Amino acid sequence: MSEQKKKNEFIYFAFRNKKLLVGLAIILIFLVLGLIGPFLTDNEPFAYANPLGAQPPSSEYWFGTTFFGQDVFSQFVKGLRATFLVGAIGGGLGTIIGMLIGFTAGYRGGVVDEILNALTNIVLVIPTLAVLLIIAAYLEVRSIFTECLFIGFTAWPWTARAIRAQTFSLRTREFVDLAKLSGMKSIKIIFTEIAPNMMSYLLLTFILQFGGAILTAATLDFIGLGPTNAISLGLMMQYAVLWGALQFGTWWWFVPPGLAITSIVGALYSMNVGLDEVFNPKLREM
Amino acid sequence: MKRYFGRKILVYLLTFFLAVTIDWMIPRFMPGDPIRNMLTRVSVSSNPIAIQKMYDYYSHLFGLDLPLWQQYFNFWKSLFQGDLGISTYIFPTPVAKVLLRAIPYDGFLLVPSILLSWYAGNKFGAFAARSKWLDNTVSPLGYILTATPYMWLGILLAWFFGIVLGIFPIAGAYSYSMSPNLSWRFIGSVLHHWFLPFASLFLVGFGGWAIGMRNMIIYELEADYSHYLGALGAPKKLIRKYAFNNAVLPQITGLALQLGVIVAGALVTEVVFSYPGIGYLLLAAIQNQDYFLIQGCFLFIIIGVLLANFTIDIVYILVDPRTRRGMTGETA
Repeated sequence: MSEQKKKNEFIYFAFRNKKLLVGLAIILIFLVLGLIGPFLTDNEPFAYANPLGAQPPSSEYWFGTTFFGQDVFSQFVKGLRATFLVGAIGGGLGTIIGMLIGFTAGYRGGVVDEILNALTNIVLVIPTLAVLLIIAAYLEVRSIFTECLFIGFTAWPWTARAIRAQTFSLRTREFVDLAKLSGMKSIKIIFTEIAPNMMSYLLLTFILQFGGAILTAATLDFIGLGPTNAISLGLMMQYAVLWGALQFGTWWWFVPPGLAITSIVGALYSMNVGLDEVFNPKLREM
Repeated sequence: MKRYFGRKILVYLLTFFLAVTIDWMIPRFMPGDPIRNMLTRVSVSSNPIAIQKMYDYYSHLFGLDLPLWQQYFNFWKSLFQGDLGISTYIFPTPVAKVLLRAIPYDGFLLVPSILLSWYAGNKFGAFAARSKWLDNTVSPLGYILTATPYMWLGILLAWFFGIVLGIFPIAGAYSYSMSPNLSWRFIGSVLHHWFLPFASLFLVGFGGWAIGMRNMIIYELEADYSHYLGALGAPKKLIRKYAFNNAVLPQITGLALQLGVIVAGALVTEVVFSYPGIGYLLLAAIQNQDYFLIQGCFLFIIIGVLLANFTIDIVYILVDPRTRRGMTGETA
């Protein structure tokens, strides 16, 4: 009964939290645009649709066309899909690996913890992007999916560290001891006794990983190590800069992709703060 | 404290070892064949015998025909001799020399932007916390800034100040019509070219630190010791000072954690402004498939980040008295 009451309380505060609602609304708008956008245009992202070259937005080309006459809107909505895909898969993978390592290290302790902690610290210090770019530079063909894998496998350390610390403080509680006494397996204790107690924290972590993966992907794409067979928002910005969109003042080429990334990541951060306030009564505004 | 340092140094050494190993391993174990790629790209000849000859020649030149353990050993040896290979993009300059030329620009861009944005962001975040009006205006701005991809902010600044208003140059580290010398005119030109890349790095960092500090201060002001001080009748200013001192420690650790992201940001900012640091070199190296240069950039970035991390560790010890007294608890 009290569990039910607590849930209702969260929902009550969630629906009254402006930061959460605004963030969620922005994400949903872009998600819908990414899902239905490609059906609203007949132009393929890379097709040379407009023979006039770079033209400002018009009724025919909603976001204008690039230097080569490619439809910016068509690139943009396909790029949005790539962005959400990288966020969900890359960020999701980062969270899952971080959870596995953090739970194991925190719950086991001892030598296992020492080793995993050293590993975490090492990967934490290495600038992720440097590793990503050296791997990506040697891959001839890259897809969005490989990009997700790269990002997921390098983004986990801070998550692992934070979850390890939380697990550490939870594993000496009475209810965990009780579970141990009753002969429960470690893995079951972690997932039925410890994880539920930090559900809110895991959700916040995933949101931050989602945003981080999007920014990392944009950076990789912009340096020229993005997917070789697809379009993304970062690639749009790279092409725009490479083909002189700045000098020619074709702002419609580079404003939409950056604006979308900023809005999506900003909305995620806003949701994060909002959810934090929902879960943590101390932070709620009086 | 000795133990704390010992552990830190051990982690850094291990990291360096691992990084060098990755640097060595990736070209050798990735799918694809760098030498074959190089030959097909230059397409010197269609004669298979000639190609095989060249292939053998280059394999021997790069030492790829030796047993693996020997290659690995040689890699370390040449690394300690400062030999990172020859750049094929700026042939025949040694990679180490190309990189050393670029380093000053990176330092000039990164050090001021990191330190100033950290300082200003923390001060401002502490100032904005628990002040309703400031919090409502500044916090959203901070979130937007920290969510902005570095290159996009760079592109916008370059476009607005460089093209629309035309008051700042958008390419190079100094005017193309000058050669480096120690005159005021040249220094002025350097600063003029430096300002926009600096500003875009500064702004993104500023937003992040301001928000981080604002959130930390709110946690600290709700902590028991703050309430206790308040109950004792301590002035608000004193309580805030204590809160700031406590909140600044995680921000120092945060700086160490953020270094990788900041460096990545600097790389793309340099690309936007054609600023001749490592980032700009890296793009050229990738576009020209200059693998030695890519590997060299990787090593330099790793070494730079490790050194910066170490500096932050020392600063942390100087700032936090508890680490000095050995009350470290969670250290490495």
